Amino acid sequence: MIDFDPSSFGLAHTYQKEDKDEINTLALPSAPQVIYKTLNGPTQINGGNKLNNFKHGTTTLGFVFKEGILLAVDSRASMGSFLSSEQVRKVIEINEYLLGTMAGGAADCQYWLAYLANHCRTYELKNGSKLSVAAASKFLQGILIGYRNSGLSMGCMIAGTDTTGQHLYYIDNDGMRLKGDIFSVGSGSTYAYGVLDNHYRYEMSLNEAVELGIRAIYHATHRDTASGGVVRVYHIHQNGWTKVHDGIDVVDLHYQFAQQKGLVGDGDEAKQRLF
Amino acid sequence: MSYDTALTVFSPDGQLFQVEYAMEAVKRGLCCVGVRGKDAIILGVEKKSASKLQDVKTIKKVYQLDHNLCMTFSGLNADARILANQTRLQCQQYKIYYEDDPSVDYIAKFTSQQQQKFTQRGGARPYGISTLIAGFSNNKPKLFQTDPSGACSEWKATSLGKSAKQVKDFLEKHWREGLHEKDALLLTTKALMDVVESGNKNIELCVIRKNECWFLNENEVEELTKITAQLQ
Repeated sequence: MIDFDPSSFGLAHTYQKEDKDEINTLALPSAPQVIYKTLNGPTQINGGNKLNNFKHGTTTLGFVFKEGILLAVDSRASMGSFLSSEQVRKVIEINEYLLGTMAGGAADCQYWLAYLANHCRTYELKNGSKLSVAAASKFLQGILIGYRNSGLSMGCMIAGTDTTGQHLYYIDNDGMRLKGDIFSVGSGSTYAYGVLDNHYRYEMSLNEAVELGIRAIYHATHRDTASGGVVRVYHIHQNGWTKVHDGIDVVDLHYQFAQQKGLVGDGDEAKQRLF
Repeated sequence: MSYDTALTVFSPDGQLFQVEYAMEAVKRGLCCVGVRGKDAIILGVEKKSASKLQDVKTIKKVYQLDHNLCMTFSGLNADARILANQTRLQCQQYKIYYEDDPSVDYIAKFTSQQQQKFTQRGGARPYGISTLIAGFSNNKPKLFQTDPSGACSEWKATSLGKSAKQVKDFLEKHWREGLHEKDALLLTTKALMDVVESGNKNIELCVIRKNECWFLNENEVEELTKITAQLQ
């Protein structure tokens, strides 16, 4: 938005010099001026100096169902083959009615989602009404398009509630913005899609949806080395969001599901059991 | 020492004379009326031709800002054109940033912000218009008024320009909550006809509905003024 610049008082800055272009040309979204500093040399997208390349192998997923939106994420951060953390929070609480998920570069996601939170709050104060999910996600897309080809790495989902209902958007660093019912992002997303697409129904109850989310993340963490840690689950409904599970260890889930399937893990699964 | 020749100078008793003088320019302008109904908002303006040779029907004083947002004014014609163009651009810009349509509050605030900008800088004069901005937000009709000082307020029914007081008294007596489009239209026409010289050719009317704007053409205005004249 064109905001008044306080440095333009006085006769030194007269109308002609300053406003001619500003008022009468369409200002496309412009990236705010943030200077990216790197420790050694220019930013590299894939590989490069591994110690700087704090990237996520990740599985995050979200889907829309009858009771709102469910988000489920893993919590592993890896730098190459080094596990830097098993307790990362990949769902970012933007404000009481918007959530963002993190995949790709942790720093990029954290910073820009915090910037979005700041913008949402400023808008709410200035205009007396909240930004819709469509507007917030579009705003983020505008920023990311400005930084296209600069080396940002983000594949995030914006999910939230507004006066028109609960909505889920996928935004990535190429400036792509998609509205959808099911998304999964990250290195483990293919595994999660397999489970999600198999069992997803819009009419699911909350408990069924939570179980589906947990299962999908578990299966992704089981097969993808870059995903793991704990599963965190959030539910978005018309009154905002609730944290359903703060961290269920996927190793515990493995044994729980194995037991449900009757697997004992002794290598003789095909053998008929006498008990 | 005179405090009214420069814009950026307060007088000792706290007035900005240039802004006050701009509001005088508005008071001399032709009358405009806005009435908020339950499902529509009506904007009506007085038009005046400079001479018999001028084609009055080509003067358009109600500007469409967006598919369901309109603006009219009292004061300097040219200033209104510029401000309307800037506001139209801002509507589209909002859509590029946020995808949704801007709310009427937002657009009214933007317009008043533009008007305020020019009360605080050197080398320029304030816009010599007060505007009426009408549209729907969240399916509710809203009518806003801005003036050269940059103030912005919401109204149920109001009028600007010459004879504004007379029209406002009339509206105060006859406006009530929940008017249907037809009643609001008759009310606006009656209010205008009381102050406009020589009848229908000099009135422009616009009905803003939830998803569209209806600009009444010459024949429709004529018919409407005939019906209104027969009432009361």
